[in-house]
Amino acid sequence: MSKMHVKMTVNGKEVEALAEPRMLLIHFLREELNITGPHIGCETTHCGACTVDLDGKSVKACTVFVAQANGANVTTVEGLVNDDGSLSVLQEMFREHHGLQCGFCTPGMITRAHRLLQENPNPSEEEVRFGMSGNLCRCTGYQNIVKAILAAAAELNAAREAAQ
Amino acid sequence: MIPGVFEYHRPSTITEAAGLLTRFGDDARVLAGGHSLIPMMKLRVANPEHLIDLQDVGELKGVSITSDEISIGAMVTQHELIQNDALASAVPIIREAALQIADPQVRYVGTIGGNVANGDPGNDMPGLMQCLDASYEVAGDKGTRRIAAREFYEGAFFTALADDEILTRIVIAKPQAGSGYAYEKQKRKIGDYATAAAAVIVGPGIGSIAMTNLGDTPIWSAGANDALAKGDVDGAVNAVMAAISPASDNRGPAEFKKHLAGVILRRAIERAQGRAN
Ligand SMILES: Cc1cc2nc3c(=O)[nH]c(=O)nc-3n(C[C@H](O)[C@H](O)[C@H](O)COP(=O)(O)OP(=O)(O)OC[C@H]3O[C@@H](n4cnc5c(N)ncnc54)[C@H](O)[C@@H]3O)c2cc1C
Ligand code: FES
Ligand code: FES
Repeated sequence: MSKMHVKMTVNGKEVEALAEPRMLLIHFLREELNITGPHIGCETTHCGACTVDLDGKSVKACTVFVAQANGANVTTVEGLVNDDGSLSVLQEMFREHHGLQCGFCTPGMITRAHRLLQENPNPSEEEVRFGMSGNLCRCTGYQNIVKAILAAAAELNAAREAAQ
Repeated sequence: MIPGVFEYHRPSTITEAAGLLTRFGDDARVLAGGHSLIPMMKLRVANPEHLIDLQDVGELKGVSITSDEISIGAMVTQHELIQNDALASAVPIIREAALQIADPQVRYVGTIGGNVANGDPGNDMPGLMQCLDASYEVAGDKGTRRIAAREFYEGAFFTALADDEILTRIVIAKPQAGSGYAYEKQKRKIGDYATAAAAVIVGPGIGSIAMTNLGDTPIWSAGANDALAKGDVDGAVNAVMAAISPASDNRGPAEFKKHLAGVILRRAIERAQGRAN
């Protein structure tokens, strides 16, 4: 079984490794790099727990071969914290609005919500629900996840206006 | 869920990719977004020994729109289709349908080329392309040819594409001015494949219908299109109902799907007529 040399940027750091091309990106992140924020829920592209940001797109890392991500820029929930290591506004809002219970879906939710707010900084509730429809949660009933994302959008927009 | 072993290739031109396909023949498959192929490989239903990743083939990207024709590269993603405002004004039914496919993460990577080439009766784009009477441009070592979407699908996962051919672009004539459109899809939950879906374009003297997941291939019928163009809605619906052959599965019994097909088709026609002028 021949391995290939893979190189990518993960949470701002260059990483290099030998891996079989068939290795799934989620396994590469968790088992080779010990980045365990992205979770494996269903392993069948349904739940979104494995969501990472790949070259500016939200993708389910259980359905990407490491070979496809060779040369890519990957961000996981670990990479979304502020530079000083404190929680980002979005992460903080999940905490404040009880956007999680068991927390299993949370890294995927936050990583997806991050990209959603990059593309649409001022979403309606309906747009949040539609934009988050690839992520499943067994605990919260979604209400507080939606609240947390809307609150983060409001706070980020207020900060942006204040900075102008 | 670990797929079988394969050798990975990442060509940067169509010629190079076609050369690899010719060289490895049956043992090779092209990889686009991977969101149909990788799940099948994880289940070991597909076991290609060579995967030819098309992500670096620039010729397969981009959408070009002229006054009468739209050409969409095979590697354009569903997300890019939705984001493209010029495309949405030229052929609005594409955005309406793409928004009903899968979920946001799948749409970021799933491509139109993979969706139409796959041959899965559950895919939404093949029926849409039959409704639009689109053609597929394909390239192989022997050169290029065009295949009509209406003649492309032979059975579940069987298409007119040869083993050594790559689908490069999808070409659509701009729908006639004054026509209305609707893509109506019934599914069990968001992100699901269709229990039944209907694509409709209608206007003065214009009628086109195609149905999804109600047989081994998408379904269109010349009789239904002629009837719809003449304004005979009942005739069009009856012709479609005679052409579909849904199977009972976990989305419901065949009888239910037949009933549903009639309901969503009438809904789509009504909505499309409301948009025609
Ligand atoms: C959870 C989930 C839900 C989904 N829901 C829907 C849905 O509701 N509706 C829907 O339509 N689809 C749905 N899909 C499928 C999704 O849209 C796929 O992305 C799409 O079917 C295939 O596109 P792809 O680019 O991922 O192709 P791939 O998976 O890379 O390829 C699919 C097949 O086409 C071949 N192929 C790809 N590109 C070419 C080309 N240019 N030339 C020749 N052959 C090619 C490949 O060899 C392979 O056999 C869903 C997928 C998932 C995982
Ligand atoms: S683990 Fe990837 S979508 Fe569920
Ligand atoms: S918080 Fe438990 S799955 Fe979402």
